[in-house]
Amino acid sequence: MKQKTIFADLATHIGLLAYVSFLAFPLVWMVSTSFKSTGELYSGAVTIIPQIPTLEQYKTAVTEGMLLRSIWNSFTVGVLSTVITIAIALPSAYALSRFRSFMNRAVLGWILVTQIFPVILIIIPLYLILRSLLLSDSLTGLGVVYIVWNLPFVLWMLHGYIRTVPVELEEAAMIDGASRWNLVFRVLLPVLLPAIAASAIFAFISTWNEFFFALVFMKTPALGTLPVELARYTGMEGIARTGPLAASSVIASLPSLVLFAIMRKWFAGGLLAGSMKA
Amino acid sequence: MPVVLLVVIFSVLPLLRGIYLGFTDYRLGDPITFNGLKNYGQMLQDDFFWRSFRVGIIWTVVVTSGQIMLGLGLALLLERRVRFSSLYSVLILAPWAMPPIIRAIIWRQIYDVDAGVINATFQSLSFLDKPVNWLSSFEYAIPAVIIVGLWGEIPKAAVFLHAGLQSIPNDLYEAGQLDGANAFQRFRHITLPLLRPVLAGTISLSFIWNFNMFGMVWVLTQGGPGGLTRLPMLAAYEEAFRYGYVGYAAAIGNVMVVLISIAMFFYLRTQMRESTASEIVK
Repeated sequence: MKQKTIFADLATHIGLLAYVSFLAFPLVWMVSTSFKSTGELYSGAVTIIPQIPTLEQYKTAVTEGMLLRSIWNSFTVGVLSTVITIAIALPSAYALSRFRSFMNRAVLGWILVTQIFPVILIIIPLYLILRSLLLSDSLTGLGVVYIVWNLPFVLWMLHGYIRTVPVELEEAAMIDGASRWNLVFRVLLPVLLPAIAASAIFAFISTWNEFFFALVFMKTPALGTLPVELARYTGMEGIARTGPLAASSVIASLPSLVLFAIMRKWFAGGLLAGSMKA
Repeated sequence: MPVVLLVVIFSVLPLLRGIYLGFTDYRLGDPITFNGLKNYGQMLQDDFFWRSFRVGIIWTVVVTSGQIMLGLGLALLLERRVRFSSLYSVLILAPWAMPPIIRAIIWRQIYDVDAGVINATFQSLSFLDKPVNWLSSFEYAIPAVIIVGLWGEIPKAAVFLHAGLQSIPNDLYEAGQLDGANAFQRFRHITLPLLRPVLAGTISLSFIWNFNMFGMVWVLTQGGPGGLTRLPMLAAYEEAFRYGYVGYAAAIGNVMVVLISIAMFFYLRTQMRESTASEIVK
């Protein structure tokens, strides 16, 4: 019996290692390529650890093309639209979870609709609207689209969390004579901070990673976001571009990598599993 | 609420207008005229349309079923809680640490004909005598794209299904074991029926997401070679923004919605029937 479980555990490890090596390989390969010298990339040797790790590829990536410019574009659009999304969503989410129940279904219904309907249907009229407002090739226009696009989901995330905060907490504060102002900033905000952080991270990353809207709306190369800028090079890579492209890809992955690190902590606490069930 | 107004102006109305455009002959810059079902009649004779929907359906069915089976396998392995389980459950999320566009860029490098690691490895192992251009070969492009799709989507399925497995009470398995059920029987009669709601949800969402996929495949192949991997969304994008046939592109979008809705309707209906059938058996 004991031997049988050891055998089963061994088989489980082998299975998991097989999955991990398939799923994690491209990430490892991307990081590895980004630290290899151009000479090593030309040699065609297949090694995971670079022979002489170098920042050469990062230097090339940053100096040529419009990488820095596009990082700046992505970053500003991401931060501004995230801040505005949260600022709009927070009071609404609060109202939603404390007062009405009809709106809840409308929000959830809208989220489902946006999943089922292909973006092409929404992007064409949106493009026409933005063009008539002279916002079609502008970061402001793109930001507005991102705000509206992220709003329902952020609203839903915040609402789900606020609902778990007991109303008694507010009532107790009121009885203790707290003003509205104090109630919001001293009592509610601290409790909601983790939820605000989580939905802000979600909104920022989905903006940072977004490709389709940016591809359609942004025509001026200097206004392109990072994904658009990087996708411009597809079809003309060659070995010479391999290194810089890998380095840019690592940079583009940084926000998701940070989230990845946070997720590790969530997983350890089983928090993610818990929130998935709800 | 101002939120509602914002969402209505910038997404509900555009969506309704997008659906309407599918019944017009609108070309960028021209006036819009309603033309009824003409776009759809044209589609029936449009070879590009049929080919893109055929590959779209192959892609969606293969990736969705593959990600569910492989994801379920992974979830079951994680559920065995061997040593380092929590480390494994983070490492399998690696594809999520890369934005969709980056996934495509890195896989292009992995598949690359001159410098790609697959060609280099296969050649040094003498599986191949000369490098293969995976993404632009008529033979391998579809499987190559599907592998990337699976790679990116397995983690999602595994995480959802793992959460579902964790909600199944342990005493059921203990009871099953006492009754002499072997591992396969326990899986068949305890795990599967109790996982059904989560499974159905994961399958539906993955099906929709895969059918609507754009960015990753666009960067991977641009729909090539020769339109072989042009999924419906890629076809719609090209019609609208490369050739300017906006009305026709919206019509393709409408057909996609109808197709997804039909698929979901039949799938969820069989799901419902099976679950009531199993209720009766009990």
